[in-house]
Amino acid sequence: MSRAPRLLLVPALVAAGLIGVPLVALVVRAPWPELSRALAGDEARNALGLSLVCSLSATALSLVFGVPLAWLLARVDFPGRRLLRALVTLPMVLPPVVGGVALLLAFGRRGLLGGALGALGIQLPFTTAGAVLAETFVALPFLVVAAEAGFRQIDPRFEEAAAVLGAKPGFALRRVTLPLAAPALRAGAALCWARALGEFGATITFAGSFPGRTQTLPLAVYLALEHDPDAAIALSLVLLVVSVAALVALRDRWLGA
Amino acid sequence: MFARPLGRIALGLALWAAAAPPARALDSLPAITVFAAASLSESFQALGAAFEAKAHGHVTFSFGASSLLVTQLQQGAPADVIATADETTLAKAGDLIGAPRTFARNRLAIAVEKGNPKTVQGLADLARPGLAVVLAAEQVPVGKYGKEALAKAGVTVTPRSLEPDVKAVLNKVALGEADAGIVYATDVTAAQGKVDGVEIPAAQNVSANYPIAVVKKSQSAEAAQAFADFVLSPEGRTVLARYGFAAP
Repeated sequence: MSRAPRLLLVPALVAAGLIGVPLVALVVRAPWPELSRALAGDEARNALGLSLVCSLSATALSLVFGVPLAWLLARVDFPGRRLLRALVTLPMVLPPVVGGVALLLAFGRRGLLGGALGALGIQLPFTTAGAVLAETFVALPFLVVAAEAGFRQIDPRFEEAAAVLGAKPGFALRRVTLPLAAPALRAGAALCWARALGEFGATITFAGSFPGRTQTLPLAVYLALEHDPDAAIALSLVLLVVSVAALVALRDRWLGA
Repeated sequence: MFARPLGRIALGLALWAAAAPPARALDSLPAITVFAAASLSESFQALGAAFEAKAHGHVTFSFGASSLLVTQLQQGAPADVIATADETTLAKAGDLIGAPRTFARNRLAIAVEKGNPKTVQGLADLARPGLAVVLAAEQVPVGKYGKEALAKAGVTVTPRSLEPDVKAVLNKVALGEADAGIVYATDVTAAQGKVDGVEIPAAQNVSANYPIAVVKKSQSAEAAQAFADFVLSPEGRTVLARYGFAAP
């Protein structure tokens, strides 16, 4: 440990305060006596339950489809790989509302694929499936980026050794590659889940807001702010606690060092 | 790898933004911020331009759900004037504001897709199974008014979504995601043909009164008062009438 020069100490404290003060304010200003009332309401419970269902579904979808994509990006050299990687990570920097509009233009009733989906009897906007899709769109890149980095860190010689010893590709993937990448996949999944849980813009734009169906916790916070700020703070605290729990789960990777 | 093009894009955007007219001109005229209901977006932009043309001062608008604007005001947002879509919402601002004055009346209408392909003729049709209806949340004035109108008509609707403000309802219909939504009659006019409007008969309709008030803590109280007076003046009424608002 080295002593910090003043020159760095001041801006570092400003940075810490910038993030710390609002979070402390949320805790300080929380209506503690009314917390149980605000959280006992059906609105809050519905929103929390729906948020958990949607964010976990989005994480599961991201794992099922994102891990193979990450492996492809990490291990296979194909034309357009860099372009594909840039495309897949785009939602990380895209304003989520823009993502929501893009989803509408693709999967909405009048969207590019809307007609085909409609013919199959599938409707995504205003449904829980739509909320899951919006969250997946925004959260998937976090998993892909983490998983790709994880796959890249694996020494290819392990996989080659497995192949030389007669392991079929599927077997080598299951018993060598995935276990070696497991820490990165776990971290990626946790990040992806946290991002899905907090997703607001794409969800309200694409899936709308209806209690129990598409009104997830962040949407409920936004709406509650208009008529019952105490409830909004209470719901925000729930999200904060859940996010802190996710960070604690990741502490070995990021906070333990 | 990306640094160079990114730098150029940022520079280009900065130049583009700098080329826009300055938000606040470098003269001595007072500048005020007006919080206004989402349904006033178009009419107040026009009023603001007319107000500035008379060199009374510069106006910046923040449009949103009335209830959200009042909450922001309570949290100390720097507004000089506030205009909402109903009286009870503005009353929540309490002693932060001067005496509210009603400056316009509005009524509800059903926004439907252009050409009304589902032949919606009235509120009763909104209960039709399979019709995708979108309403505003009860917490915002238009949602509350819509609920009143549906109650008057004796219609029970299961909406697909409860949107955070009236423009969000309008957009869901304009984008074709919803077949119908309850909005203000003025929103149909303001949508300029992107949606069609279906009238709601007076017996089922509600009268939405729009009050305006000056914020007591305003740093430019004089200009704030001047803007409120301008909205209530005959000239202001003419502009509001052009966007479909009735006199109070």
